[in-house]
Order: sequence, then C-alpha cells, then structure tokens
Amino acid sequence: MKKFVLSRVLQAIPTLWVIATLTFFMTRFAPGGPFDAEKAIPQEIKVKLESHFGLDRPLFDQYLLYLKNLLRGDLGPSFKYPGWEVSELIATAFPVSLTLGVLSLGIALLIGIPAGIIAALRKNTWLDYLPMSLSMAGICLPTFVLGPLLIYIFSTQLGLFPPLGWYGPADWVLPSFTLGLFYAAYVARLTRAGMLETLQQDYVRTARAKGASPWQVVTKHALRGGLLPVVTYLGPAFAGLISGSFIIESIFFIPGLGKFFVTAAFNRDYTMVLGTVLFYAALIILLNLLVDLLQAWLDPKARQAQ
Amino acid sequence: MRTELTSHKFHPLIAWVGCLCVAWFLQGCSRPSNVETALDENILHFGLGAEPQHLDPHLATSVAAHNILSALLEGLVSEHPETLKPVPGVAHRWEKLEEGKTYLFYLRDNALWSNGDPVTAHDFVYSFRRILNPNLGAQYASMLHPLKNAKLYHEGKKTWEEAKVGAEAIDNYTLKITLEHPIPYFLELLNHYSWFPVHRPTLEKFDAFEKMGTPWTKPGNFVGNGPFQLVEHQINSVIAAGKNKHYWDASSVRLEGIRFYPIESVDTEERAYRAGFLHLTQSVSADRIDYLKEKYPEELYFEPYLGTYFYRFNLKSPPFDDLRVRQAFSLAIDRQRLVEKVLKGGQTPANTFTPPGTGGFYPQPQFLYDPKKARRLLDSYLSEKGLERLPPIELTYNTSEGHKKVAEALHGMWNEALGVEIRLFNMEWKVFLSTISKGEFSLARAGWIGDYVDPHTFLHMWRSGEGLNMTGWANASYDQALKLGETSNSEQERWKNFQICEDLLAKDFPVLPLYFYVHLTLRHPTVRGWYPTLLDHHPYKYVYLQKEEAP
Amino acid sequence: MSVEKSSSLGKDAWLRLRANRMAMISLFILMGIILVSLIGPAISPYAYDQQNLDRVFEGPGKDHIFGTDNLGRDLFARTTYGGRISLAVGLLATLVSLVIGVSYGMFSGYTGGRVDAWMMRAVDVLYALPFTIFVILLMVIFGRNFLLLFLAIGAVEWLTMARITRAQTMNLKRSEFIEAARALGYSHGRILFRHLLPNLIGPIIVYATLTVPAVMLLEAVLSFLGLGVQAPMSSWGSLIKEGAEKMDAAPWLLFFPGMFFCLSLFALNFLGDGLRDALDPKSSKD
Repeated sequence: MKKFVLSRVLQAIPTLWVIATLTFFMTRFAPGGPFDAEKAIPQEIKVKLESHFGLDRPLFDQYLLYLKNLLRGDLGPSFKYPGWEVSELIATAFPVSLTLGVLSLGIALLIGIPAGIIAALRKNTWLDYLPMSLSMAGICLPTFVLGPLLIYIFSTQLGLFPPLGWYGPADWVLPSFTLGLFYAAYVARLTRAGMLETLQQDYVRTARAKGASPWQVVTKHALRGGLLPVVTYLGPAFAGLISGSFIIESIFFIPGLGKFFVTAAFNRDYTMVLGTVLFYAALIILLNLLVDLLQAWLDPKARQAQ
Repeated sequence: MRTELTSHKFHPLIAWVGCLCVAWFLQGCSRPSNVETALDENILHFGLGAEPQHLDPHLATSVAAHNILSALLEGLVSEHPETLKPVPGVAHRWEKLEEGKTYLFYLRDNALWSNGDPVTAHDFVYSFRRILNPNLGAQYASMLHPLKNAKLYHEGKKTWEEAKVGAEAIDNYTLKITLEHPIPYFLELLNHYSWFPVHRPTLEKFDAFEKMGTPWTKPGNFVGNGPFQLVEHQINSVIAAGKNKHYWDASSVRLEGIRFYPIESVDTEERAYRAGFLHLTQSVSADRIDYLKEKYPEELYFEPYLGTYFYRFNLKSPPFDDLRVRQAFSLAIDRQRLVEKVLKGGQTPANTFTPPGTGGFYPQPQFLYDPKKARRLLDSYLSEKGLERLPPIELTYNTSEGHKKVAEALHGMWNEALGVEIRLFNMEWKVFLSTISKGEFSLARAGWIGDYVDPHTFLHMWRSGEGLNMTGWANASYDQALKLGETSNSEQERWKNFQICEDLLAKDFPVLPLYFYVHLTLRHPTVRGWYPTLLDHHPYKYVYLQKEEAP
Repeated sequence: MSVEKSSSLGKDAWLRLRANRMAMISLFILMGIILVSLIGPAISPYAYDQQNLDRVFEGPGKDHIFGTDNLGRDLFARTTYGGRISLAVGLLATLVSLVIGVSYGMFSGYTGGRVDAWMMRAVDVLYALPFTIFVILLMVIFGRNFLLLFLAIGAVEWLTMARITRAQTMNLKRSEFIEAARALGYSHGRILFRHLLPNLIGPIIVYATLTVPAVMLLEAVLSFLGLGVQAPMSSWGSLIKEGAEKMDAAPWLLFFPGMFFCLSLFALNFLGDGLRDALDPKSSKD
C-alpha cells in the first residue's frame, strides 16, 4: 500500500514535467502573443515588453529558466494582470472554486447515488424511469440554460436567493445546484449501471440466496462494486469541479479559477496558462491516485486478494 | 437493527438542514439590494464590463482602466460633465502662447496627493518623462508625441536632457509645455490617462519608473490625486474607490465611494442591474433591446458614442484589388436596413468614416446604397476578367454574437444584390489579430473608438504605412491633407482638409464603414449628475445619488 | 454462463431488445428525429440561411411553424438542418471515443503492472493539456478541416471512457470466469473481446450515451474557436446557446432546438439501457 502510493508519487514527477514541457511549447507555437492588441504596438515597444518578460531570449533558454523557477515553486508573474503573481491569483481564487466544487459534488452525490440505486433495484419500472428521466434533465438543460432558468425562478420570481455574487452562503445555493444537477445526471446513470452489474455478480446472488434483506444486499454487498464506475468518473470530474467552471462563474459572477483557465489561453498569458495547467494536472494526478486507492478498497475481490 | 438506528438519527439531521435552509432563505430575502443601501451610504455601484489590465495610467490601454483612473487621478485640466470641454483641474488657469505652440499651466497650491503631499509641476514632468521612457514600453506613449522633441527621447535617440523635451517646471506650480506644432485639441488630449500624473516617491519606492507590473498599483500602495482613492482590489470581483479627503475640491465631491464590478457577461450584468446590484451597466445585449425598451423604458439609455464599425478590404489580393468590386460591395449594403432591422440599438448608418459632429466636423455623406449600380460594377469586372461569378469571398471576424449577426446579415445582402457566395470565418481574438496584421484576409471586421474628440483620431489610421491601416492602401494626397488637417490653426481649413480625406476614402474604398456606435446602458433613476457624452466619460465628482421623487 | 453462444448472440439480443417496450419506443423516436433531420430542410419552404429582415423574432405560426430568429430565418429549417450536423458529430465522435477509450482502457487494465501505470499517466497528461491551445494549434497545422472536429473532440472524450473501462477490467479480470478462460488456454485477444468485453458493456454504453450530448455541446464551444460549424450554418448546440440568451424575449428559439436535443438524449439513454440488458451475457439467467 505504502509502496503503491510512493511509486505513484514518483510517477507524478515525470508526468508533471511532460505536461509542463508540452504546454510550454504548445502555448508558444499558438499564433498571437500576449501583447497583440487592436491598436498594434510599435515594434520597439513590443521589443521592450518582450525583454521585460524575458521573451526575447532563445525559446529553449526560456524553457529551462521556467523549469528552474518551477522547481523553486515560482510560477512567475501573470502577463495579463501585471503586478500579480500567478500563484497569488490561483491562491485567491481556489478557495472559491473549492467551496463551489465540494457543494456541487455533494449535491450530485446526494441526488445521483440514491436515484441510481433505486433505479437499479426496480429496473424497468416507473421507479427506474422516473428518477432516470429527472436526472436526464441535468444534461438536457446545459448549465448555460439551467443557470439563468434557476435564477429566473428562485431569484427573479420567488426572491429566495441572490442572482449573482459570492458573498455569503445564500449566494452558494443557485450555482451549486446548477453545477450539481449536471453531475447528478452522470452519477445517477453510472450508479445504476454499476449496480446492475454487481447485482448480477455471483457473490451478490449468493448473499441474496442466503436470505439477506434487499437493504443488506445493497449496503453490504452490492454498493461497493456498484459504485466503481461512479468513483472512476468522479476522479477527473472532481478535479474539473474544484478547478472552476467558466460558464457558472460567468453567469453568477463568481471570482473562481475557471475564468483564469479560459481567459489565460485566450490572452496568451503564457505563465498563467502554465500555472493553471500544472495546478489542474496536480489535482488530476492526486485525485486519480485517490480513486485508484478507493477502487482497491471498493473492489471486494481485490481486498480478498490482499 | 442498524437500519432503524440510522433512520432515527436521520430526523434531527433533517431538522438541522431545514434550519440552515431557513436561515439561508432569510438571509437571501432580508439582504437589501446595493441600490437601496446606496442612498444612505452614497456609494455608486458601477458595471465595469471587464477587469482592467493595468491600473498604472502610463500602461493602461482599456476603457475599464479609464473608468477607474479618472476617479483616482486628475490631469492638468479636467472635463466639464456635459460637454467634456476642459475646465480647471490641477491647473487653475493656463495661458496659450505663440498661437498654441506653448502653454503655461498655473497649478493650484492646494492640489494634494492622497497621502497629503502637494502635487507639483515636477510631478508632471516626472510623469511625462516616465511614460516616454523607452524602457517602460508604454503602449500609449505616442499620445505624448505632440510634446516638442518627445519622439526623439521616446525612440531612444537622445536622453531626456539632450532632447530638451517640451515640458519644463518653471517653479513648483508653473509648468511650461512646448509643442512640436499647434494642436487645436491639445487641452482635450490632456484628459487621456496617458497624461495623468503619478506620485514620484511611491513609484521610486517600488522601483516602478521603468518597470511595469510592480505592485505600486495595489490598494494600500496606490497614491493618487483624484477625487477618490483606491481602497480594495479583488481580481474578477470588485475594485473599490473611497473618497480622497485630500482632494482639493473634496467638498464638492458628493459620492462617498464607487464600487466597480468587472462583470463580463452582458446577460449577467443585466440581471445584476435588475436585481439592484448595479446602478448602471457597461452595456446591454443587442438582442435584449426590444424587451428592455418595454420593461425599463425610463432606464434604458441610447447615448451617442464616438466609434465606427467597419470592414477592411485587402487591396493586395483579388478581387478587392479592383476598385469596382470594392465599390460594388459597398453599394450593395443597405445600411439603413442594417441598423433598423438587425442592430436595433439606435445606431446610425455610416455614410462617412468619421462620425458626423466629431469635434464639430460634419463630413459629406458618401457611402450610399445603390444595388443596381453595384450589380453593374461587378458585372463589368466579371466580364473583363472573363468570369462567370466571383469565387467565394472569405469574411473574417472575431468570435462574438454581435459580429456574427452583422456578418450574417451582410452575407444575405451581398448574396441577394450581387449573387456572391460569402463564407464566414470566425476566429478567436488573438488568432484574428495575428491573421489580420499578416494581411491574410480578404474582408475583415473592425471597429474604432475615438481616443479624443477630433476627426484626426479616426482619419489618422488610413495614413500610408500606419500600423492600423492594414488594407494595403496608400495615397499621398490623403497623407498630405491629413497633415494639414492635423496642424492647421483655422477650423475651416482643418475641416476642408479632413473632407478631402473623407472624399478620398469614398473614392478608393479601402474601407467599408457600416454604422456608428451607440452606447447602450441601463441606468438607475437615482443616479444624478450623469450626462451623455461622446467619449462616455463621466467625471465622478459631479455625480450624486438622489431618491426618486414620488410621482 | 452463455458467453460462448456468440453465434446467436446478435439474434438473441435483438429479440430481447424487441421485448423491451421503453427501448423500442426510444428507437422509434430516435429514427423519427433522424428522419426529420434528413428530410426537414428539403420539405421546408425556406432555406436554413434565407433571411427576411421584415419578419424577425416571429413566434411559431402558420408560415413558420417553429417561428423565426433574429434575422427572420425559419427555425424549423435551422433546427432540422442543425440536427444533421449535431447527430452526425454526436454519434460519430462518440463512436470514435468509444473505440479508442475501450480498447485503451481494456488493454491497460488487463495488462496491468508498469505498462498500465504509464498508460494511465499518459491519460493524466492528456487530461491536463490546455484544450483551447490544443485546438488552436490543430487549426494552425491542418487548417479548418471538418475532420479536425472529430479529432479534437475524440482527443478529450475518450479519456474518461478509458479510465472507466480500465477500472471495470481490473475488477473483472480476477473473476472466476476469466480465470477459467485463462486456465483453458484461450488467447488474450479472445479473453478480452469474447469474455471481458460483454461484461463491461453496461457502464460503457451508459457513458457513451452520456458522451453524445457532451459532444454536441462541445461542438458549440469549438465553433467559438472557429472550428467546426461556421455561421450561417446551424447546429443544435449553437441554436441552444443562442436561444438561451434570448430565453425570456423569444422562448421558442430555445424550446424547439432544446426539445429535439432532449428527446434524442432521452431516446438514446433508454435505448442504451435496453441495449445493455439485451447484450448482457448474464441476463438470460434471469
């Protein structure tokens, strides 16, 4: 177990290096630079700007310098927000995105897992079709439709929640639901599928044959295996959730990370692109590791094997 | 049984969750809106549209930055809230000498920085020197090129002392400015943030004289001389300014503070306005106009805005290397119909390149609608080239709903009048810029917002070899007329030369003006002292909030 | 265990599918939508890009059964035309991601060990790369090719599919029936595709049906970057996006494309569930 975690942590280092390298060169080869604007900048000024940010050196030197700074934990200054460090911007926005992400995930799980279990247990009855149809609503109504719709109902009409901002718990409700309902659909459907698989496994059948109550069959035997696809899905999904959602942030005017991810690429804010990508990569690697650990724990046979 | 136990435990949990929900509900309900509390607090809640890139006046480049900097800093002159004509600012009076080649500004001795230091003529010289410093790399440094010898210094050909740049502090409170040649709109220029002063000790503390991106512009560090001072800055959330008690005219400033919200989505901004979160919005979605006209007839404003929306032709590649084709494309557009049926925001059709009335200049309308003539011109081109029809034309634009709509509408008009096949190509902004500047387009969307109220701000972009030209058009008579229009002292002479420029544009068609911008905004009735101005400048010291009178 | 009866598997599956009422209804709805999308633009009296600036924002009525948009274009023609594009992109791109994701995931999970570890790290790398820049670069290198749309979408959508498949494979590879097959000396290929795959099919089908709407919406995002559908062509994704912005002033602009989108998703999902049941090797025991 310890060895497994250790080897994964060691694998993370070359993985991050590959990501940093690819991203570094990809951003540099994309057309347009951080200083391109409608009013074209005179050449001599562009040269100054580039030398200020070290862009005038040979590309490979810049790359080595970036890696060197990265090893020291320095992500560099942002091009788009001069005077702000990339790490500083990520650090201020991440708590917001983390809160929103955790709340949305909570909603997705609270709705999705029970719906999926019930649907699987009562396959092809209305108790299957109804929760599945409802959960589909989260996908049918993409966030850019659902968000304004929820605002219209719960804010404009009923006046229950603020339509935008991120100042207190009341502001958390609508964005978390908008985002959570979308993921709830995935969770519900994957739970149902996973449960259907495990309910047919021999060990579950055996348990059932031994006279365990349906509730016991689910909680003690089937649920663990049945959650496998959901858990696998949630690794990257959760990384995505807590690294912010541009659409939600833009609809609800939330100062989260998602905006940096999207606008950094559009602004050719090289350091910001790299900073956000590496941050996201670290999250992905960490969460996929957690998922793999969780999978081993959930998988009854793997546990037996240990 | 375990199940029973858990179900027992469930009830208090539900109760707790219920309580929390109620608390949330109540908080959501009871929170008074910004616009309501603003009347007591005297805080203006301002929709900023976008997060400004810089809060350093010498490095700023955006409308958003202007909106903030004009609260935090003040130039030699200030603006009249209705006409934007120069009124005393840091200088309480000035003298125009040598037919406008030299100005003497007399600074008031009670003008102070927000830390209490006096604002002196030396501060201005220091500031001009900084923005022109070639090592700073300021994008708007060329705004100061009218200063005598400024260009020499800016281009690094001479040092500041050698170049003898035309800005000299005669004493602490007298500033002498010498220009390359008289500029009729010189005082208006001074209200551009590139001319604003910065606080020398602060910049020196952060070593910011020739360095961009130092933290001197962060709250707590920023020292300004405007009616307000920077108190808070959270990226993508809020920029807040509070009253500057050291401001020389602080007693006539009626707002206690301004909170700027960089809400980028127009739809979100509209919802924010309707929920009482904002006093005014930066813009309004074009597709919402009909709806808002009906719902908020008193709060929706259509204000003139000094800008032209146009397309560039690429004269270097066929078919637009031929005048007839360019002319045909222009004549085939029903601009009236475009603004009335498609844009619907009170924009006016552009029959000239310079918006009529800019600085008092009314050019003769020339870009007209005549589909029959358009067809004839195109046919003559086609028969000369032995073509059945034009090969498909690529229309390049940067991704946006508004640009797409215009492009689609023109696609329809050209197809109908000329039978040409147009292919629309949208591009992400930076890709678009790099494509256009490389000349890899045949027809491309563009827009220009005036930097100051003078026709020159529009017409200078078509000078031969000018970076903004990008069409490949060059015309010596145009350059000459432009130069005369820029420098002449008589208004009549200037308008005559600018008209020559307009005539040449309409004769050679390097550009296809489509419409003149309108500034669309929602504004709450409690906001007073706010007037429509061409540049959308609104000196905040005149703005105040007043409760609506009962009808 | 009936995994060996593969000759009649297809027929059995079809019989089982036909018995599933929900799945059959879904199949008909889906076929209906495909049919309307194919013939709709032809039977509509208006072309999808035909403008009439005098009749903008008209609600559904006699002349325009779905109403008109901001340039007076017929929404019925645009929705059905958009259906062609969205269905083609949605189904094809999903298929591509399905094939890549499932083979990659199964191979990785079945092989295990160091190969698995590095194959999964490669997936981590692809997750993390900035998508916008990736797409822009693709366009710089290959131009605006419609095939790129599939490449770009395929590049992101197969990743989760691969991870899910891998997890299921690892879960099943220690099962008795796989070990039995191994003991019988079957080749790896045969074990993978004959024995493992049918048992993985449930979550895979479900995730695939969830990928279809994601792809359709991703197409709208990509057209923001200039890849894929160019104005004035339409797709459900772009129509819904535009409709959402005009939701309260012209609700029909959201309703009709949204309805087609939703209906096809529902149909796909219930059809997917039916397919899962029908293909399930164990279901004959029930």
